[in-house]
Amino acid sequence: MSALTIRNLTKTYANGVHALKGIDLQVEKGDFFALLGPNGAGKSTTIGVISSLVNKTAGDVSIFGHSLDTQRALAKMKIGVVPQEFNFNQFEKVFDIVVTQAGFYGIPVPLARERAEKYLRQLGLWEKRDKQSRTLSGGMKRRLMIARALVHEPELLILDEPTAGVDIELRRSMWDFLTRINGEGKTIILTTHYLEEAESLCRHIAIIDHGIIVENTDMKSLLEKLQVETFILDLARPVTEVPVLEGFEVWLRDSRTLEVAVPKSQSLNTLFVALQEQHFEVMSMRNKANRLEELFVRLVEQNLPGEQAS
Amino acid sequence: MSAREQWVAFLTIVTKEIRRFTRIWPQTLLPPAITMTLYFVIFGNLIGSRIGEMGGFNYMQYIVPGLIMMSVIQNSYGNVVSSFFSTKFQHSIEEMLVSPMPAHVILNGFIVGGMVRGMLVGLIVSLLSLFFTQLSMQHLLITITVVILTAALFALGGFINAIFANKFDDISIVPTFILTPLTYLGGVFYSIDLLPEFWRMVSLANPIVYMVNAFRYGVLGVSDVNVYASLAAIMAFVVAFYLLALWLLQRGTGIRH
Repeated sequence: MSALTIRNLTKTYANGVHALKGIDLQVEKGDFFALLGPNGAGKSTTIGVISSLVNKTAGDVSIFGHSLDTQRALAKMKIGVVPQEFNFNQFEKVFDIVVTQAGFYGIPVPLARERAEKYLRQLGLWEKRDKQSRTLSGGMKRRLMIARALVHEPELLILDEPTAGVDIELRRSMWDFLTRINGEGKTIILTTHYLEEAESLCRHIAIIDHGIIVENTDMKSLLEKLQVETFILDLARPVTEVPVLEGFEVWLRDSRTLEVAVPKSQSLNTLFVALQEQHFEVMSMRNKANRLEELFVRLVEQNLPGEQAS
Repeated sequence: MSAREQWVAFLTIVTKEIRRFTRIWPQTLLPPAITMTLYFVIFGNLIGSRIGEMGGFNYMQYIVPGLIMMSVIQNSYGNVVSSFFSTKFQHSIEEMLVSPMPAHVILNGFIVGGMVRGMLVGLIVSLLSLFFTQLSMQHLLITITVVILTAALFALGGFINAIFANKFDDISIVPTFILTPLTYLGGVFYSIDLLPEFWRMVSLANPIVYMVNAFRYGVLGVSDVNVYASLAAIMAFVVAFYLLALWLLQRGTGIRH
């Protein structure tokens, strides 16, 4: 069953900006789905329409088979949204924010309090329950928004850049939490600028750019499309000229560091044989960018205005 | 949402609103109590004793109903306009918009929250007035009906103001330049029968005249205008404002892109 179905969704803002130009998207139940795109690509508009914060211009959106047009309340019951910006009352207490949100979904107070405790504990905020939300750190505020989004126990959780500005340790703990609730059956849609995050968490991915979906597939198939992978090699001895390695494109970053583009058709063994023939000693090696990032940049570059297929 | 779920959601908003204005009581409940006490002392006691009778009552007794209504009007309006605008400003309105709550539940919650504050302040001012004069209730049902309708009307006015407001200045323009002059010229401190005919006719175009007089009729039994026509007019305004506010909210004016 589809958790989310979007058909021919368009959005034109009052200032004439065509944020979405007829996108189609389907997310299956239980999936961990990444929606990627550069700034201004249409990610937040898409999420805005799904969560009813933005009025669509045309198209259809269904959540677990319930149309947002004709079965709005049923559809909304199924979604929890964690927005990009903090959007809770800064003067309210942490516990009250979560209990009040439950009330908006018609959950009676005793059950709302029970759920609030459950999710605040899971997200490590229980000790802060009586604090005003404005006193929390940035990472805690993000976790508070996750607890708030989960309090009505939605089947689909949408997170708009949940780890932006969050330190590495906290980011990892949020990844663990999201992986766990996804494992328990919750469908998750994530937008992020950390492509490592998308690559390690998500099974399916859509890339949106200039209001159109330029890629929509599973992560494995997408990564197979990466034709060239770029590596950074740290050399033992300095070199003065860019070496010529047949079959590979090479750049000299500095006297001890090479950047080598390895086509998918070539193996790393071939590269090392070529390096050894020219007596280069490689001390360490790493990816220039994460694989998804490299692919993402290529796809977005292909989609630059003026280069699009009509 | 089932009717029961909608009821829970409605109570959630009302509770949230009451919690808000009681948490900041030095800004919401204390100032009107102090201001009205000053009115009682200065206009009622000091100046009023030299004015003598008005409408068959001493001046203090005459102005008390008007001052109570003034408190109800200002606080019902002020609560909703500031609360709903803050909700917009902090984007916490999104908490409600993503939920399955129908627009009428959100509207009812804010309006009732504003009415509760307006009527609570009205009660505080009424109790304070007892230190200065004696009030005998002539028509209890009319008094309660007028207070409820007036609180609802101005809470709705505050809500519509907040929907259109884009900055904090926008929520003070209407109270400063429209509401306060209309209230002061609405027969709170004088009987419009004292005015020359032309200004008396002009005053009849001021809706607050009808609210103040209907309330004064309930408390003192005297009025410059027909009380039942006043009640009907206030009721008509409440219905019109409610439908307008609901339409704006459903449309997402000022709150959705």
